[in-house]
Amino acid sequence: MLERIQKAQKLCDAASKALGRQINIMEVCGTHTVAIFRNGIRSILPKHSKLLSGPGCPVCVTDQGYIDTVLQLADREDCLIATYGDMIRVPGKTGSLETKQAKANVKVVLSSEDALQLAKDNPEKTVVFVAVGFETTAPATAVVVKEAAVESIDNFCILSGHKLVVPAMRALVSEKNHNIDAFLCPGHVSVIIGYGAFAEIVEDFDRPCVVAGFEPMQIIEGLAEICRQLSAGKAELKSVYAAVVTKEGNTAAQKIIDECFEPADGYWRGLGKIEKSTLKLKDKYSRFDALRRFDITQTQGEDTSGCRCGEVLCGLIEPPECGLFGQDCTLQEPVGPCMVSSEGACAAWFKYGGAGNQETRV
Amino acid sequence: MCLAIPARIVELEADKAVVDAMGNRWRARITLLPEAKLGDLVLIHAGFAISLVDEEEAKETWQLLAEIADFEDTPNKVSG
Repeated sequence: MLERIQKAQKLCDAASKALGRQINIMEVCGTHTVAIFRNGIRSILPKHSKLLSGPGCPVCVTDQGYIDTVLQLADREDCLIATYGDMIRVPGKTGSLETKQAKANVKVVLSSEDALQLAKDNPEKTVVFVAVGFETTAPATAVVVKEAAVESIDNFCILSGHKLVVPAMRALVSEKNHNIDAFLCPGHVSVIIGYGAFAEIVEDFDRPCVVAGFEPMQIIEGLAEICRQLSAGKAELKSVYAAVVTKEGNTAAQKIIDECFEPADGYWRGLGKIEKSTLKLKDKYSRFDALRRFDITQTQGEDTSGCRCGEVLCGLIEPPECGLFGQDCTLQEPVGPCMVSSEGACAAWFKYGGAGNQETRV
Repeated sequence: MCLAIPARIVELEADKAVVDAMGNRWRARITLLPEAKLGDLVLIHAGFAISLVDEEEAKETWQLLAEIADFEDTPNKVSG
């Protein structure tokens, strides 16, 4: 293991020498963000190799407008809100779902199936499923939308906050952050979309894209491969996560996403409006779309003054550079979603960002 | 949210399964993985199996998750 770490360190060093400057590798997976911290991976990287945290946490990139729409629906007497746990503490204009839980119409669910069951068990209410997540989670939503249609569970609907990783990577590398040299790509998203999905980033932007799992040696292998490519001056598409990732991905899951959803323009916190980057229910299933059912037009929300989650998500600053970090914004009392979410960069930095995780200063 | 947990299918009827991992059993669906069979190790995400997984990978992941659980349980002396 030590040998592999040393090999990775040599490769990172060689890459920054080959480019004659600091190399910046962005990871776009919340689980990677946390794993990198937990395992102190930053501390073993040589000087001049920097890891940037990207928009890999679905809760963190959920625009404030979406949060406010959820809270608006939570205020309705005729609605029951079903949500995954990590969304409930994100603050909006009128509190958070957690504060509204006191009204007993907000339920935490572990699966989209549970949300549908909630609708079956409560026929007198409309259940709104807060459907947030990347391509890993979208198929689970699609399955229950289809079932709701087949079984005519008309008191069920979803507020789709599903997002697509590749369009965000495009927006980042083409405009938001010109300092990204390579991407460490998400493992479980790739199980669904296949590592072939990142080919366009390699081809159009000449950036190495390497998929890795979240186990520490996997991450190190992934970083080593990226640095090997940077030294060679040749960007390639690779996966070191052979156990579960294939080039094509899970075609059954892709099919069901395609049956129920279509890509639509949408707002991301920090990245603004990105074309065809979110999933919207197709017309065939529009009656299950909460926006259409409740006639809501979603607009871009405003972030809390002083909150710099947007810049953190683009890898432009590190959490401690935000004036609120550790002061007004802490794990116990978060201001922005990057601190709320268990996979947010700010939360990870707060929890694990001790001396071992600072950049190595030689 | 990216996190998927390896688990073994211990009961299966149509696409409804009961899976077992790390001392727990819970319901999951194999709708997205129609080729999965009773006894298979699969990756479960948000209640759905998304991939088959081999024994070695599963064991590594379980070990890692157990370490994380241990870490989370002990008082965390490092703060921002």
